[in-house]
Amino acid sequence: MADRYVELKSVSKSYGGVPALTKVDFRCEPGRVHAILGENGAGKSTLMKLLAGVIQPDSGTISIGGQTVRFSSPRDAAKQGTVCMFQELSLMPHLSVGDNIVLAAPRTRMGLVERGVYQEAREALDLVGARSIPLGARVSGLSLSERQLVEIAKAVFRKPKLLILDEATSALTSELVETVFGVLRMLKAQGVAILFISHRMHEVDAIADRISVFRNGRHIETFDVGARTTDQIVGLMIGRSLEELFPPRRPPVPDTTPAVLDVSDVSWQSQLVNVSLAARAGEIVGLGGLDAQGQQQIMHAVFGVLRGVTGRIELNGKRLNGLKPPRLKQSDIGLALVPEDRKTEGLIPSMSVAQNMRLAALGRAPFGLLDLNGNSDARLRQLIERLALTYGSLEDPVATLSGGNQQKVVLAKWLVLSPKCLLLMDPTRGIDLGTKAQIYRLLTDLAAEGMAVILQSTDYEELIHLCDRVYVFYRGSVAKELKGDQLSADALIAASMNVHLHAGARA
Amino acid sequence: MTTRLRQNAREAIAALALVVLFTGYIAIHPRGFSTYVVTIWSNEGTLLGLAAIAQFFVVLVKGIDLSVGSVVALTNVVASFVLNGSPTSIALGMVAVLAVGVACGLVNGIAVVHGRVQPIVTTLATGGMFSGIALLLRPTPGGSIDETMSDALTYAVAGIPVSAIVLVVVLVALLVLLRRTTVGLGLYGVGSSEQSAYMTGLRVNRLKLVAYSSSGFVAALAGIYVSMVTLTGDPNIGPSYTLNSIAAVVLGGVALSGGVGSPIGAVIGALILKTISSLMFFSGLPPLAQPFFEGLILATAIALGALGVFRVRSRLELYR
Repeated sequence: MADRYVELKSVSKSYGGVPALTKVDFRCEPGRVHAILGENGAGKSTLMKLLAGVIQPDSGTISIGGQTVRFSSPRDAAKQGTVCMFQELSLMPHLSVGDNIVLAAPRTRMGLVERGVYQEAREALDLVGARSIPLGARVSGLSLSERQLVEIAKAVFRKPKLLILDEATSALTSELVETVFGVLRMLKAQGVAILFISHRMHEVDAIADRISVFRNGRHIETFDVGARTTDQIVGLMIGRSLEELFPPRRPPVPDTTPAVLDVSDVSWQSQLVNVSLAARAGEIVGLGGLDAQGQQQIMHAVFGVLRGVTGRIELNGKRLNGLKPPRLKQSDIGLALVPEDRKTEGLIPSMSVAQNMRLAALGRAPFGLLDLNGNSDARLRQLIERLALTYGSLEDPVATLSGGNQQKVVLAKWLVLSPKCLLLMDPTRGIDLGTKAQIYRLLTDLAAEGMAVILQSTDYEELIHLCDRVYVFYRGSVAKELKGDQLSADALIAASMNVHLHAGARA
Repeated sequence: MTTRLRQNAREAIAALALVVLFTGYIAIHPRGFSTYVVTIWSNEGTLLGLAAIAQFFVVLVKGIDLSVGSVVALTNVVASFVLNGSPTSIALGMVAVLAVGVACGLVNGIAVVHGRVQPIVTTLATGGMFSGIALLLRPTPGGSIDETMSDALTYAVAGIPVSAIVLVVVLVALLVLLRRTTVGLGLYGVGSSEQSAYMTGLRVNRLKLVAYSSSGFVAALAGIYVSMVTLTGDPNIGPSYTLNSIAAVVLGGVALSGGVGSPIGAVIGALILKTISSLMFFSGLPPLAQPFFEGLILATAIALGALGVFRVRSRLELYR
């Protein structure tokens, strides 16, 4: 095994002349968790794809245990023990959870898949904290976080020697992340080399032994965890400090300001129970809680996606119950929603950047005719500038942009309508710090201009530092409303687990 | 069990519809429930059922095969040359016919996988070629088929049509292959999401070739069975099989978007179609009105299958 498992020597890779990695030397060792940090476009994903056999280097060599290797496909790489869990989940939606896991590393007897393998798949699921997911469930029926767990179980099941996790925990709540980290520590103890990509600094702190920072396709520096402060690390990544990530706090919006969005007593199926909440003009209101406690559903209920919603939903005094998205986005109502999954719900990946941006505004032109050179284009140009969108050409398919820039396009397509109330579902998931900072500043500016912003988020940091008030959901209803000084990580976690009653008894 | 039923709801509904239609057919048939009636019904159902299974394999991996009927016609024509003589020569002839079917499927598969041509275009073109070859080989229907074998395969044993036994054996074999082997599960995986399948380390290209050649193989079985029933080789039988096979898989709950469905569903769909047209024949409706009613029943069946839409509480689900 020697003492280094994977080594890259002077590896370069470029796409159509644009370098993605330039002369990268990198190594990672068995029994260690190695975090890779960097902004979007820093080359992290390219590095992962090279190791996983999805793409091949233009020059340089990759070696494992001293042996030079050249993988022509993920299958090749997996044979050598390299397993990659990609951000874009690699599950087959119509197959059962069990089949998905078993197909990753099948064992057969006389041509038939061995039944015992399914038992092992079950054990892998239990191990990563997915006890409640049945083996027979179809993946298409699972939530995003459940899919991530299945994906992790699948990776563990393959008994990797090098495990690559690319934003593998982005949709998981902190408890589940802790369970998964437990598994990673166990694998580490067994001598597995783990590469860990995450944009959540506290996760990197919690699990990694070593950190490598990438910037602009180059390997900048590698050091042990603890050798640099978070500020220094951020500095290495983007040349900016952590304080600059969140814009300065704004003065609170007075309680006397009338609510823009007023939701009262809303229930739906068993997933929403008498939810009441309000957002005033100029406020950023957060929705937090553990995974799938109703925060996502209330957004869908307001945006007219759900059928059979009871209760009252009003925007500036106008009743919205029963109205659907095409009506809700009209200027007299002015509601917009940035959905959870930008790839499937936010964008049409094969259409161009410009087309995607115009998509939401289409229904507003008379008879659907495009106002080709009208003011919506001028507004788009303004927005592109305001969002600092980085792109090659507006005619490129939106899928060619980085994740952060894709999210900016989703924002632009709704902002061009000048909504009065903006609903955002986890808008910074899997996005680099630089773009996060830009989006935070944008949201603050929009609120200052009088928009009511509702931000559902799995990231406690942004609920604490960005929001005026936070509604914490628990089992379909609002368990607690936190504001001002009450907004702390401890309070959020306590409220998420519905243990706030003790604190209430003290008061 | 209930989840299993829910996941196979389309098949269950189709099976129920089949039972109702079949009961109606028997009720109005002048000779009622008899081995004769059931055998004729089963023989014709098996022909379309096999064609539907052939279609199923291609639809499973997100394709559509417009050449199914042509492969049936071509293999039927080839069978009319080789399926006679001594038992040995019949056996060799059988292998030859199946090889022709697999070769046709493989041609489609190679064009789709390596030529990167869309399945609908590929099979439109190859379908023309296959029918063309059939026409060149046998410009008018003719040829001869071993009658002993034909009798053995198209009559009934102990009141059970042999064709039904053949169909059940084929289905059981396919179900084991599809649900219990890595290749079978891999086919579902590739149909469900090609990218995910590739990332999981499946041999996507090879699996698609397997799907297309399996389609050709089963289409050849259909071609052989046509020869058994008609005792001739006819190059012109293709078109109806192609379109009906597509209708059958849709009726049987096989998703045209890939990854969903089973050969059982495809066969049930085929039997439904066959029963509808037989029902029409004995219903006393004017013959010219039959296509209209066939279409109407097809549309109703599909609409019933889509009723689940009204149970959906989140509109987002409708667009997935």
